[in-house]
Amino acid sequence: MTGNSQLNSEGKLKHFLTIEGLGKELLVEILDLAESFVGMTDQRIKKIPLLRGKSIVNLFFENSTRTRTTFELAAKRLSADVLSMSIATSSTSKGESLLDTIRNLEAMYVDMFVVRHGISGAAHFIAQHVSPHISVINAGDGQHAHPTQAMLDMFTIRQCKHDFAPLRVAVVGDILHSRVARSNIQALNTLGVAEVRVIAPKTLLPVQVETMGVTVLHNLTDGLKDIDVIIMLRLQKERMTSALLPSESEYFKCFGLTEERLKIAKPDAIVMHPGPINRGVEIDSKVADGPQSLILKQVSNGIAIRMAIMAMAMQKQGSV
Amino acid sequence: MQRIHIKDGRVIDPKNKIDRIGSVYIENGKIVSVIFKPVGYVPDIVIEAQNQIICPGFIDLSTRLREPGQSRKATFASETAAAAKAGVTTMCLQPDTSPVIDTPAIAELVKEMAAKSGYQQILPIGALTQKLGGAELSTMLALKQAGCVAVSNANQPVKNLLVLRRAMEYAASHDLLLICRPNDFWLSSNGCVHEGRLSTRYGLPSVPEAAETIALDQSLELAELTGCRIHFGQISARRSVIKLQQAKKYGLAVSSDVAIHQFHLTEDDITPFDSAYHVQPPFRSQRDREALREGLANGIIDCICSDHQPHDVDAKLGAFPETEPGVSALETLLPLMLKLAEESRMTINQGIASLTEHPARVLGLERGALTPGCPADICIFNPHKEWKVNASGWRSQGINTPFWETVFKGQVTYTVQSGKIIYSQDRAF
Repeated sequence: MTGNSQLNSEGKLKHFLTIEGLGKELLVEILDLAESFVGMTDQRIKKIPLLRGKSIVNLFFENSTRTRTTFELAAKRLSADVLSMSIATSSTSKGESLLDTIRNLEAMYVDMFVVRHGISGAAHFIAQHVSPHISVINAGDGQHAHPTQAMLDMFTIRQCKHDFAPLRVAVVGDILHSRVARSNIQALNTLGVAEVRVIAPKTLLPVQVETMGVTVLHNLTDGLKDIDVIIMLRLQKERMTSALLPSESEYFKCFGLTEERLKIAKPDAIVMHPGPINRGVEIDSKVADGPQSLILKQVSNGIAIRMAIMAMAMQKQGSV
Repeated sequence: MQRIHIKDGRVIDPKNKIDRIGSVYIENGKIVSVIFKPVGYVPDIVIEAQNQIICPGFIDLSTRLREPGQSRKATFASETAAAAKAGVTTMCLQPDTSPVIDTPAIAELVKEMAAKSGYQQILPIGALTQKLGGAELSTMLALKQAGCVAVSNANQPVKNLLVLRRAMEYAASHDLLLICRPNDFWLSSNGCVHEGRLSTRYGLPSVPEAAETIALDQSLELAELTGCRIHFGQISARRSVIKLQQAKKYGLAVSSDVAIHQFHLTEDDITPFDSAYHVQPPFRSQRDREALREGLANGIIDCICSDHQPHDVDAKLGAFPETEPGVSALETLLPLMLKLAEESRMTINQGIASLTEHPARVLGLERGALTPGCPADICIFNPHKEWKVNASGWRSQGINTPFWETVFKGQVTYTVQSGKIIYSQDRAF
């Protein structure tokens, strides 16, 4: 299954599984549509009837607060009926297969699945096996992709910087295990930024990562020079126990973003993080809460972006 | 027993250096003559083989027929039928059945079950360690006496190098061949694709080539130390070929095989997240594939195997990393070998040798050649006949192949095993 099977025969979005294979025009279309929803969410009446009568099921096989909540709010603002399920504690623990879970829910006349799963490729697998009228939105699969996060990051960048072409972007931290990093790299390159840098120790970088169109650096001090956008990644505690890193403090010493280091980047550089942040591990509180940080803006933008993607994926049915 | 006269085909017998148009004469289950008609020979059956190739039946060094223990995936009946259709007349059975082939009783059971399927040559490989647990030695001598052709720990790790050393010393004491798929357990841990561009792009757990080459190095060192004969199965990496070349040059008793699909597919051919491409070792880079092809043409790689692993549909139904690895490979073995001969420096004759003479040599079998007096194991095939891989005619219970719906050239018309026709394209046997 290639990225293009996300599109229907007219080139419209059917599923949203990965950034790979999607053209610049489509990404810009998503950003533009999200833009039109942003003003709306500030109004007192926050709902529009775009997806009235549609049923959306959030299937979260992995824990999530931000992503699940913003998907839920996005669906509600489009007037869809939405149900959120945490499957980690549901049927699959009774031995039911992923496919059986999907088939059962399908039998309840669902129009869209929003899926988060711990295994790379899970969203593709579900998209391949659902009935043709159902759309699947990937809310993060294993270490593969988190395309809605990437789009909300692009949206946040565009809000501040307006034009992608001159931008130099640094993605810092655990690239190896990060679906956010993979989707962000693909989105940034599709939108045509000047440079994407990845900055991490070798243990947290996948092999041949340069084939994804990035410059590789192992030192944050050198890496932040001339940078317009810094995307910090969360460092999971497990990385210390699996011999990828010696300690949190050593990591912070080498790769933690401090006020001092931030000064190496361009003066108007912005700082982003997909959350949840580890204060004092990958990012200093002063930076996270500082004037250059857009971390909370990202969360707000998540709603508009997810509204846009849901609306576009439903449009393919000609019913919107 | 019948006298079978296979007439006027291109006889290719690499061991006896025969490649010419002629006949093969069979009597009492044995080859009686090649090219020259024995005096007074009156056949019961004549097989016309014009425009076809007559060669020894194929010997497959690695198969899993799923019995005993996993008959929902496949049975001896279904898989021996697939083998007969594929021109395969001898199959080595990996020991990771359920129960594991680690006692003479299980080896006997396997042979009995195999005999019931009417297919003579299923050769069990005994477990190197009890229950394949990697800690305690199996009763290797008893396994050998019960008919096991070699010992192996299949895909299971041996606990440590000391256990491996002891196991190899013990195997060498009884002149047993060790078959080993080199794979470091820790380096490959949960990997499901080659560590490279693909694993990076799709965030899939990966197997670095070092997982293979390090294990290969360790086993080679121990082979030298212990004098154990060793055969490496399902080699996949370029650097393994280099190491094997050095080992051979150095004079170690070492041989190797490569699974047929590894000569054809690379990580670049994988349709993302399509579980039909989930194999172990994983499909590697183009550079690795070219080295495997060169290695086979140069004789560094001795054999081709099918690495046949039929699965039920459910085993391949899931997100890629959660599916089971393996290809149902018997029925595409011949066409993929012919395709390889077309695309690489290897000739058809070499390809046949790597499926007949060479595996027979590795196992010490008096088969794999058309030598008069030898059991008549013969494959007759039409190298030009085109066919499509699909449900019609497919015999294996497993349809897990990345080549489904592919059109291939080369089809078996007759398979003879110990003088008995076990497959004919025209008739069911």
